[in-house]
Parts: sequence; C-alpha cells; structure tokens
Amino acid sequence: MDKIVSILSEIRPEFDFTVSDDFINDGLLDSFDMITLVTELDKTFLISIDGVDIIPENFRNIKTIADLLAKKGVSVL
Amino acid sequence: MNLKFKNKKITGILTVLPSKEVSFDDEMENYNFSKEQSAKLKKIMGYGSHRIADENVCCSDLAIAGINYLLDKDHLKKEEIDAIVMVTQTPDYIMPVTSIIIQGKLDLKKDIYCVDINQGCAGYLVGLHQAFMFLEQESVNKVLLINADILSRKVSKKDRNSYPLCGDAASITIVEKDTVNSEIFSNIKIDGTNWDALTIPAGGMRIPTSPETGFLYEDDKGNIRSKDNLVMKGDAVFNFVQTEVPPMINDLLIYSGVKMDDIDYFMFHQPNRFMLQKLADKMKVSYDRMPNNVVEHFGNASGVTIPTDITYNLGSKLCVNEYMICLAGFGVGLTWSSMLIKMGKLDFCEMINY
Repeated sequence: MDKIVSILSEIRPEFDFTVSDDFINDGLLDSFDMITLVTELDKTFLISIDGVDIIPENFRNIKTIADLLAKKGVSVL
Repeated sequence: MNLKFKNKKITGILTVLPSKEVSFDDEMENYNFSKEQSAKLKKIMGYGSHRIADENVCCSDLAIAGINYLLDKDHLKKEEIDAIVMVTQTPDYIMPVTSIIIQGKLDLKKDIYCVDINQGCAGYLVGLHQAFMFLEQESVNKVLLINADILSRKVSKKDRNSYPLCGDAASITIVEKDTVNSEIFSNIKIDGTNWDALTIPAGGMRIPTSPETGFLYEDDKGNIRSKDNLVMKGDAVFNFVQTEVPPMINDLLIYSGVKMDDIDYFMFHQPNRFMLQKLADKMKVSYDRMPNNVVEHFGNASGVTIPTDITYNLGSKLCVNEYMICLAGFGVGLTWSSMLIKMGKLDFCEMINY
C-alpha cells in the first residue's frame, strides 16, 4: 500500500492520497495522471495492466488500485 | 463483416510530409500541464514533433506533389491511372470532391473514376477495400489510393487532448491486379451509436459555421476549443480500441487461417505510443513487430499513419523482401478494420517532404 501512495505522491505531490476515498471525483487524478500511474505501476511491478482495465473505477482509491494489481498477481497488502 | 480479395496487390507507397516541423516543447505553454507532467507525458504518449502544413496548403497540394514525384521518377504514367480513391476528412472544398480537383490539375485522362471517402483512422483500410473493389472491373488495372488530412487546422491549439498528437500528411498507394494467385483477408466493423466520440460539431449542415461556433470554451478537463474544432472523447476512444481491436485481430486470424507467428509486422494506426504499447502487450507482440514511433516523429495524420508507419519503418526493405503484414485502423465512426496482406518487392516505398 505504501508503494502505491509513494507512486501517487510522485505524480501529484500537491495532494495527500491517504485522506481521499475517491481520487477521481475529488480531483486528485485526471485521465493523464491515470496513464502516468499505469506506466509507473507497470514499471515498478514488472507487469502490463490491460488497456481495458484503464478506467476511472479502477483508480478511485488505494484499495481499487491494489485490487487491480492483484488481478496481475501483485500483492501489495 | 469479413472481406476477401483475390489477385490484388500494392505495388508502391509514398508518404508526403509538410516540411514544417513543430516540437511539443515549443507548444507546451499552450496547454495547462505542469512542466513535470509535460515531461512525463512526452515520454509516455510519444509527444515529440509533428508536421504541420502551412496555412495555404491543402490536401490536393500534398497529393499532387507526391504524384508528380512519382511521374518524374517513372514510377507512374498518367495514362495508367484508371481510378482515384481519395480518403480525407479535410477536403479542399465542400464540393467538388478533392480527387476530381487532383484529376483536373494533373490533366489526367477523362476515362477515369474519381471518388472521395470521408474516413479517418480506419481510412487506409477502407480506401484499400474500395481500390480492390474497383480492380474487379475489367477496365480498371491501376488505382491510386490517396490518403490525406490536414487536421491541424481543425484542432484547437489549446486542446491538450488532441493537438500535441495531430499531424498533417498525405500518402499515395498504388494498387494493381496481381497475376499471381493471391488472397487478402480483411474485416471491418462499424458502431454509429458512438458517432460523437470523435467529431467536428460545426461546419456541416446540422450546425453551420457561424461567429457563435467559433467561440472558445473550456471543457471539464481543461481543453480549450470551439465547435469548429475536433472533439475527441479520449477516454471512450481509448477504451473502445483496447476492447475491440485484439478480438478483431483474433477473428481475422481465424478467418484467414494465418497464425500469429506467421505475421512479420503489425502496422497499426498510431493514435499515440501508450495506446499502441498496450495493444502490443495484450496481443503479446514485441514492439519491434508493432512500431509505435510515428506520433513522436510526425504526429497522427489519421488515415495516413499506416502508410507513414510502413514507409518510415520498413521503407526500402519492402522493395527487396516480402512480408506478411497485419494492418489495423480504428477511430472515427466508430470504425475498426484489419487486414492480412502479403506485401513486398514494391516498386517504391519512401517518404518525401513538401
């Protein structure tokens, strides 16, 4: 979990990602940030997140991102 | 819909690029990205430099320059041209069609068929389909497929979704009858319920251009544009491509009986680098078999990205060798199409500047 927060904070250092449950609606992440995040997650965990999974629902909060990584066999719990 | 064409071949491809090269770094201040964000996106999306036509240059100018080059090099003779299929979303005029302007300016024979098709990112495939169908006629032996777009003039310079990626270009592909027994497999799908995923709202009869349609507004993502400009629902288009393209290729393989490993290159339409890499990953195709470098060097010129991809990345290799190539185009419509074609021993495969 800490790793995800750390990556998010690198992308948008002006926000505290530990206090939001909805990064999209709270304005912490936009679609370009999602693409940057996917690239960072791919690189960090040596995976390739499926293109069809790059939808706002999967990037709403830390848990949904962790669930997405779990689909690729990566556990961050 | 599955399509099969017998005894047809591509014998040459030429890409014509405007000489003016504009870099993303020089345009960064037009968009409301932070510097850090810009640097990351540049790398991920392939924002590099793009070719932009001068204000007075139209699609027919690029195409005529290309055809004249081919005539000068003896790759083509005027009297051989039996049909022109022109694919563009940015014609010189509302009427007449641009292919007829080209026929007139080049003083081509009157015993000719000229047709324009309004298609975008699947336009290379749609154009090839039409060229192949013309060649079913006894009186048609050589078709010029011209793809050309000058979309930079219809994309707002402050649209961070679309402007960094767009480019202007034209290509000329010569399509002929093949004396060798050969088969080309293709498929195409259309979903007009999502027609507004990529559109230019004003300028047609539904919303004629007016001073009002030229007013700039800012959308909820920070893009500034008017109704005269192209609008792309980027997220929807990305999702459509990732959802529809891999199964389309799978269907084509089943239809043709060709195996994935038998394909030398996947020359796909290139909206941006990220989208192509995700497709390649999903299809388990290495990036060298599915190049993704057109946007970073030239920009996305809609239906011209596939011929640009071929001439830039394969070029003279295609004049010597023969490859099994999978083409795919996807975008406005929505339209998505793919093709398996043996291509090689071309008379020419090159790029020129205008």
